[in-house]
Amino acid sequence: MTEITRIARQFIEALPHAAALGLRLEEIGDGRAVIAMPYDPRLIGDPASGVIHGGAVSAVMDTASGAAVMSHPAGPASTATLDLRIDYMRPATPGQTIRARAHCHHVTRSVAFVSVVATDDDETRPVAMGHGAFTVDRPR
Amino acid sequence: MTDAREETLRGLTGGIPYLQFLGMRFERSGDELTAVLPFTPHLIGNPVIPALHGGVTAAFLEVTAIVGLVWAGLGEGVQVSALPKTIDLTVDYLRAGQPKDSFARARINRSGRRYASVQVEAWQDDPARLFAQGNGHFLMP
Repeated sequence: MTEITRIARQFIEALPHAAALGLRLEEIGDGRAVIAMPYDPRLIGDPASGVIHGGAVSAVMDTASGAAVMSHPAGPASTATLDLRIDYMRPATPGQTIRARAHCHHVTRSVAFVSVVATDDDETRPVAMGHGAFTVDRPR
Repeated sequence: MTDAREETLRGLTGGIPYLQFLGMRFERSGDELTAVLPFTPHLIGNPVIPALHGGVTAAFLEVTAIVGLVWAGLGEGVQVSALPKTIDLTVDYLRAGQPKDSFARARINRSGRRYASVQVEAWQDDPARLFAQGNGHFLMP
């Protein structure tokens, strides 16, 4: 693990809600971030099946998207979500880690554009996909 | 005051761990249902500002939309045995969510046999000053 990844991991895992969700930063750099959310019974949305709630999936996708913006070579000082649209393709398989892979593919002076995909162990069939626009605050 | 409609709603939502994780609840005033998300520190995303996590806001809107759909269905005498499933959700983040209690209400723009389109608005102090709004499509059970 690089020094930058280690620092970013500490930073993201210290965010109170990220810590509450048990998020783990796995990869970051060059406008890309991968964040994992281990299966946790507290996050179940459907008690009958044990499927994780879509809201928790949104949260890991939003976190990965923000991390991808922060790691873009343009070097924003901070970012916040402007909008995020998520399509839910299928329920995540109970018991499996959900992984959000975000890519910040374009940055202007004030806006960053991100696409994000969430998968479980079967990475050929996404659980959810999203597109977002994020604010970009330049370093002073 | 609870009645059958409220009891059915509580039966469908009461046992959902994720709603307890967020600490969400619903308040009824006549026909109108308002979702309440009391502030707790683990909802914070950015501790520097501090602001609610964007994912918390999205989840709050999504749950409000789903429960709003069920509530509207029950009001029209529809038998509801399961919760609608989210097809997609778009969230506009209008301003940072402050570390205080949040409220949200759903408006059902269309509810058919298979699909529904729902708009959701969320505020903190002033219902006219939204901090987030959302629009989602849902698959009816």
